[in-house]
Amino acid sequence: MIETDQLTRCYGHLTAVDALSIRAEPGQVLGLLGPNGAGKSTAMRMIAGFLAPTSGTARVCGHDVRREPLKAKRALGYLPEGAPSYGELTVREFLQFIVRMRRLKPDVGYRRVDEVVHLLQLDDVLEQCIDTLSKGLRRRVGLAQAILHDPPVLMLDEPTDGLDPNQKHAVRRLIDTMARERTILISTHLLEEVHALCNRVVIIAHGTLMADATPAELEAQSRYHGAVSFSAPGSGVSQEMLGRLPQVAAIEVDPLDGRITVFPKPGMRILEPVQTLLHEQGLEVSEIQLERGRLDEVFRQITTGTADIA
Amino acid sequence: MSPISAVLRRELRSYFVTPVAYVFLVIFLVLAGILTFYAGDFYARGQADLQPFFVMHPWLYLILVPAITMRMWAEEAKGGTLELLLTLPVTLWQALLGKFLAAWLFIGLALGLTFPIWFTVNYLGSPDNGVILAGYLGSWLMAGTFVAIGSCLSALTRSQVIAFILTALVCVLLILVGQPQVLEFFQGTLPRKLINAVAHLSMLRHFGSIARGVLDVRDMLYFLLSIVGWLVAGVLLLDLKRTR
Repeated sequence: MIETDQLTRCYGHLTAVDALSIRAEPGQVLGLLGPNGAGKSTAMRMIAGFLAPTSGTARVCGHDVRREPLKAKRALGYLPEGAPSYGELTVREFLQFIVRMRRLKPDVGYRRVDEVVHLLQLDDVLEQCIDTLSKGLRRRVGLAQAILHDPPVLMLDEPTDGLDPNQKHAVRRLIDTMARERTILISTHLLEEVHALCNRVVIIAHGTLMADATPAELEAQSRYHGAVSFSAPGSGVSQEMLGRLPQVAAIEVDPLDGRITVFPKPGMRILEPVQTLLHEQGLEVSEIQLERGRLDEVFRQITTGTADIA
Repeated sequence: MSPISAVLRRELRSYFVTPVAYVFLVIFLVLAGILTFYAGDFYARGQADLQPFFVMHPWLYLILVPAITMRMWAEEAKGGTLELLLTLPVTLWQALLGKFLAAWLFIGLALGLTFPIWFTVNYLGSPDNGVILAGYLGSWLMAGTFVAIGSCLSALTRSQVIAFILTALVCVLLILVGQPQVLEFFQGTLPRKLINAVAHLSMLRHFGSIARGVLDVRDMLYFLLSIVGWLVAGVLLLDLKRTR
């Protein structure tokens, strides 16, 4: 479990993290979302014990990072931003260094190194210097380091940053399999990641908590939630007709491809009426889609306070 | 295994997988030889002892120890591994001590590799080997002080160049502070007691008697306390960096 309690960090006059209180439970993948410079990494560094909080505190598995820093660190696996590691060591040497630092028993340590190396598919590069590895491999080495002691709490700062789509997929699957009995906190600015991984999202901007919800709840805040969009040639006629439907709030036409989006009035469902109307009018629709809501739009709205226009 | 020895082993490993260790050892041994035989007039003195060898050590350490210690924290801060290291279950004390011991042991190795000089002097005459042993011990203690200064000041900055210069500067001050010229300079301005106190801070003064074979507890205490003092300062500095 990770808990932060009014966690605050100032750099001189700048408040990087401002009275942040969040909570992540076992079985949860909590996404810490925010624009660059929002304070995500600073918050994580305080939870990991690298930076001291200016005020407030954080607890990892009930261990206060200020009063019991070593116990908190033992319960935590942490991947710092950019996945730093000692480049002059080989992957094996680096992982053995972590084994010693975490005081794992030698037999447990060797077994775990084998397991994580297999899990992250590092077998082929085990004897290579980390400096010679690609960015994706180095990130995997960082992940291996974080999960080596099988921690109950995992905190990953931008775990898929700089990976290619296949590697992203692999890392997400790994996080997914580990999520069942663990508490996982990941920071990201990739909205696709939220869909793929998180069952709760915390959005911060300028160091303050802006939203704490499930991805579905966030999507529901979108203007696009429940909207219906379709492509139909000869749309001039249908627009007028659609406007007469009692459930419809607005209609927008994409100037580029002519795709029509119909927005519902609050709480109304419009897929069926729109479909019926189109059918009655005998209009050919190549494809029709019910929108779940757009996270990127909600994200912009929450973090900058301005919504999209069109 | 304790985190201290884990840090120590990793540091030593880093020395030896890069050319740093070998370059250092070669330069150290070559310089030690040149300084002893040419600058120190080893043969012309006609005495079977290693005083010309030990007398040069403060100047040797002045250049070479900062080169070893400058990367200690500065490199980790710059490369981001400091965050990794300090979020592992290790106290600042353990991390600093591991790094300090690694560098100190390494200098000890370099010092040990000067044994041919000891062979030479034993071949040429019959020196007092107890005095020579005391000299080695004193030299290693002094090296420890230099290393402790370096490991503290390296924590101050992300730049290895700045760490080198700061360390060398503090070390040269500590070497020179007891010299008559320096003390005369302050003669009129500072009270006599303070000048005496300052003179006692001088490394040369404490090392000089050890190098002559006088193993005084006070001199050894001076070096040990200096080491502890600078290490405490290093830990405080690292802790300060967490909070600001």
